[in-house]
Amino acid sequence: MIDKETVEYVAHLARIELQPEELEKLSRQLHDILGFIDKLSVLDVGLVKPTSHILPISNVLREDEPHICLTPDKALENAPGKNGNFFSVPKIIE
Amino acid sequence: MVLNQFTAHELLDKLKNSQATLKDILDSIYARIQEVEPKVKAYARYKSVDRPRLNPQSNGLFFGLPVTVKDNICTEGLNTECCSKILTNFRPPYDATVINKLKAAGSSIFPFKANMDEFAFGSSTENSYFGTTHNPWNLECVPGGSSGGSAAAVAGDEAIWALGSDTGGSIRQPASFCGVVGLKPTYGRVSRFGLIAFASSLDQIGPITKDVEDAAILTRIISGYDPNDSTSANKDIPDYTDSLGKDIRGLKIGIPREYFIEGMDAQVKSVIEEAINKLKSLGAVANQVTLPHTQYAVPVYYIIATAEASSNLARFDGVQYGYRAKSDSLIDMYKKTRAEGFGEEAKRRIILGTFALSHGYYDAYYLRALKVRTLIKNDFDAVFKNFDCIITPTSPTPAFKIGERTQDPLKMYLSDIYTISVNLAGIPAISLPCGFTKNGLPVGLQIMAKPFNEEMLFKIAHAFEQNTEWHKIKPRL
Repeated sequence: MIDKETVEYVAHLARIELQPEELEKLSRQLHDILGFIDKLSVLDVGLVKPTSHILPISNVLREDEPHICLTPDKALENAPGKNGNFFSVPKIIE
Repeated sequence: MVLNQFTAHELLDKLKNSQATLKDILDSIYARIQEVEPKVKAYARYKSVDRPRLNPQSNGLFFGLPVTVKDNICTEGLNTECCSKILTNFRPPYDATVINKLKAAGSSIFPFKANMDEFAFGSSTENSYFGTTHNPWNLECVPGGSSGGSAAAVAGDEAIWALGSDTGGSIRQPASFCGVVGLKPTYGRVSRFGLIAFASSLDQIGPITKDVEDAAILTRIISGYDPNDSTSANKDIPDYTDSLGKDIRGLKIGIPREYFIEGMDAQVKSVIEEAINKLKSLGAVANQVTLPHTQYAVPVYYIIATAEASSNLARFDGVQYGYRAKSDSLIDMYKKTRAEGFGEEAKRRIILGTFALSHGYYDAYYLRALKVRTLIKNDFDAVFKNFDCIITPTSPTPAFKIGERTQDPLKMYLSDIYTISVNLAGIPAISLPCGFTKNGLPVGLQIMAKPFNEEMLFKIAHAFEQNTEWHKIKPRL
C-alpha cells in the first residue's frame, strides 16, 4: 500500500512541498483511497487490451506548414517573470 | 415572468420579433444577479454591482444573447483562473474553440465566469478558491460540481444558458442537483482546445440549460471537428432541433440493475421509477439490462483521471503564467509555488496520479485501470446492440449539505457513481429534471446513448420534458 515515505517521495516527484501535518493527513487519506481502488485486483485482466483513448483514431498528422501563432508579446503577457523575449526564472547554474 | 427567467430559444424569438431588446434582457439579468448573487455565489470573482461592458455582435443567429462560461474555458482577455490561486489573474491570450464558435454565431460571452471546483476537482463546488456556491433550491446545500456555478446560475435565472465541462459527471450531477438540463457530448464531439485540461481522455465541454431545446441548440453550435484538437471527430453535425417533438413509441430503454442497489436514496428511487413509467406511457419499452463492471468504474476513474491530471497540471509551475512563490532556487520555487497555489483536493489528486504512474506501481494501478476501462466500455457496447438508450438516476442522492462530505474524500468520490462510467466509455449522456424529493430538492434523470447519437438523447429527453411540468418549476430565492 502506501506509507509516509512513499507519499513524501511522490510529492517530491510532483514538485509539491508538503507540511508535516499535510503529509500525515494525505498519507492516511491515500491509504484509504488506494484500499478502495484495490478492489480492481480481483479482476482477471490478463487477456484484456488497455483502453487509453476511446476513439479509433491514432497518429493524426498535418502538413508541416508555417501558420499564424501567438506573438512573443502575447505569449509572455501572463509571465510572472520575463526578460526580453524570454521567461525568466531563478538562477539554475552558479 | 421577467426576461431573465425565459429560455434562450424563447428570448431569441422575442429578439427576432422585436418584443424585447438585448438591453432589456441584460438589464434583467444584471438586476437578478444584484438581487440573488450574494446568496447563491454562482460567479467567481463577482464582487460588486459594477457592470462590465459587453461587446455583442448584433447580427448572427444569437442576436448577442450572452452565454455564461465556466472558469476553466479560455476567453481572450477575460480572467480564466480555474478557480485556483495558481492561475491568479490569468488572462488567456486566445479564445477556446467553443468560444470562437459562439462568437461567430452572434453570442456574447458573459463577463462574469462561473464558479467551479478548483481545476474541476470535485462534486460540490466547495473546492473553489473563491468560496462555495449555494444551491438555489436550498442555500444550505451544495449545487453539485464541478460545474456548480454554471448550474446554479442557470437554475437561479442569473444566466440564460451556460457552458460547463464534464470529466466524470461535472455537468450532469450539478444539473441534476439544481433542476436544470445538462449534457455531456460524446468524447470528440466538441473541441477541447482552450479547455484547461483535467483528464484529456475524459473531458468534454457541454451545455447547461433551462430546457432540452436550448441544450439541442447550444450543442449544435459548439460541436464539430477542430484542427487544433486532434481528438475531435471529423463527423457531420446534425441539426439537433430536428430530434425534438418526435414520437418515442417502440424505443427500447435499458435499465441497468447494478444502478438500482444499495446506496440509492429511497425518494430518488421512487422519482426515477415514476419517470420510467412516464416514458412507458409514451410508448417506450423498458427492460432490465446488466452492466456487470459498474462497481469498478469509480476506482478505475480515480486512477485514470488523477494520472492524466498529474501530467496536465505539471505546467503550473510559476514560469509561464499565474502565481509564483518567492525563492532563489528553481526547484524550490516550483515546489513552493505548487504548495501555495494548489488547494487541498488538487494536491491530493496530483499526488495520487503521480503515484499511479510512478515506477513500480504503473502496472498494478494505471495499466490495470486502463484494462478494466475496456471491460466497462464492452459492457455498454453489449447493451447498445439491443437497446436505444440506458436510463438511470444522475446521482444516488439529491443535493447534500454544504460541509457534509468535505472531510471524507472517498465519500465525495462516490457521489459520481452513476456518471463516471459514461466518461470512461466515451458515450453521450444527458440529465434532465424529473421530480422532487419531499424536501423540495430536484432529482435528475440520466439518459445515455451510443457514441455520436446525441439525437437519441434529445428525442427522449424532449418527449419526457414536454409531457411533464418539472422544468417549469423555479426555485424561490
